Amino acid sequence: MPESSIIGTRIRENRLLRGLRQSELAKAVGISPSYLNLIEHNRRRIGGKILLEIAATLNVEPSVLSQGAEAALIAGLQEAARRDVEGNSAEQDRLEEFAGRFPGWAKLLVDLHRRSEELEHSVKALTDRLAHDPHLAESIHEVLSVVTAIRSTASILVDPKPLEPEWQNRFHRNINEDSRRLAEGAKALAQYLDAAPGSESDIRSPQDELDTFLSENRYHFTPLEIGGGATVDDILDVDQFLTLPAAIEMARTVLKQYEADAHRVHYGELLAEIEKRGVAPIELADAMNVNPATIFRRLATLPEEHVGPIGLAICDGSGTLLLRKPFDGFLVTRMSGSCPLWPLYRVLAQPDVPLQMRLQQVGRDARPVTAMAVAERVGPMQFNVPPTLRAYMLVVPMSVTDEAECLVEVGTSCRVCSREGCLSRREPSAMQSGF
Amino acid sequence: MGKRVLIIEDEPNIIEAISFILSRDGWSVKTHSNGHDAMDVVRARSPDLIILDVMLPGKSGYDILEEIRADVTFGEIPVLMLTARGQRKDREMAERAGASRYMTKPFSNSDVLEAVRELAQP
Repeated sequence: MPESSIIGTRIRENRLLRGLRQSELAKAVGISPSYLNLIEHNRRRIGGKILLEIAATLNVEPSVLSQGAEAALIAGLQEAARRDVEGNSAEQDRLEEFAGRFPGWAKLLVDLHRRSEELEHSVKALTDRLAHDPHLAESIHEVLSVVTAIRSTASILVDPKPLEPEWQNRFHRNINEDSRRLAEGAKALAQYLDAAPGSESDIRSPQDELDTFLSENRYHFTPLEIGGGATVDDILDVDQFLTLPAAIEMARTVLKQYEADAHRVHYGELLAEIEKRGVAPIELADAMNVNPATIFRRLATLPEEHVGPIGLAICDGSGTLLLRKPFDGFLVTRMSGSCPLWPLYRVLAQPDVPLQMRLQQVGRDARPVTAMAVAERVGPMQFNVPPTLRAYMLVVPMSVTDEAECLVEVGTSCRVCSREGCLSRREPSAMQSGF
Repeated sequence: MGKRVLIIEDEPNIIEAISFILSRDGWSVKTHSNGHDAMDVVRARSPDLIILDVMLPGKSGYDILEEIRADVTFGEIPVLMLTARGQRKDREMAERAGASRYMTKPFSNSDVLEAVRELAQP
């Protein structure tokens, strides 16, 4: 296992860093130097008591040896190696050694790789914006229509052919009206293009801005809770992160929902119920007499220090993510479509039937989680009209008492997923086999 | 001449200007400004030529054009399409839908007059 092999290398690095001999460390933890040598060369698995003692002797946290920052670094390096189109054939079998011995260089490489990915994404966003941005297309259409009317009217007015006074007045009025509309349209267009972060290096979509806005506020808005004394507009007025008009509208919708939820499910009462029942949305919904979706949204707004980490994803009937609150160990990306195996999508087939699954994403940084999902109708019920659906998925750490056998393997997005023989696969994985 | 032209366009001041120049050129001009019932209006007015905007409230100009082309009585009528988008894709769509001629906004009055006169030639 790669995990154990990192441990040995890391113990060796840490020992050398402190100028300890193998024999000294071995003596301190009560094992033979030759056994330590095997461990350090990753030929023996290590765990439990010996690991703790080595960590204590080396004066580092055990987790620094067992997982540490290097796991992220190695995942980053693997990602970079997968995207190597130049065929530089990076020595992937020695990746851990590289990350362990040259952490600075490795970090630099990963950072550069991330930066190039970001830039690629920006270029794509910029191109998409010109071709697909409906707001931009609409604005330009509006401006062109008014320009056409003005051009047409103006050329009638300058035509040497005589024009009856009432027609002349009418066209004068029209041209005046249109010129005002044109001025407004042009201004709006300029503002829109200006707000588009062209001056800054990052081109962001409204969704990106919404994500930043919510995460900077840690998904919690105390002023909107009962007694907080602020309105949605107060919050938007002082906000620094939203610039795109579309992003502001999306944030307004999210905050209005927040406000309504906060009135239905009081913060203090919810914490008290969680104390009794745990993070169990269906029971909580029942106890507090609201629908599960309200509880799902509400749980995701609670500060982590009270309830632990809670991730949330909301999608519409097309599967498009409307909101995502990230969760360490379960990756949800907006970049290239999610994994259809998630309960988030399964519940769309059967609204109002909640689904709970233990999931493990394919991938190095993934951790087993408990995911709870439910789909609910939006808007009033009508005869013979199919419902508009929203699906919600909460992700919480899997508790130690949970059965690990029923863990379902799911992906993140096909491109970065190595799940084999998957019927749901949309596109080939960019990951090399054997990982 | 006294020939009848029907303008289907939702921008009131464009309607007014084009109506004016075409009337002055001797056309009998009728106008309509939404997509839903455009085909009914075509049947009721029975024009000799149609000027049709692509972006209409209710129904796209392409759809209306398809209905016109599928109609037994009006299938052969000359249709001048107006659009604010001059991309090749849009032009191709207009041709496929059976537009007799395609014009990109902002056009000039003389462009419209010339196109209409040409299309009206038997």
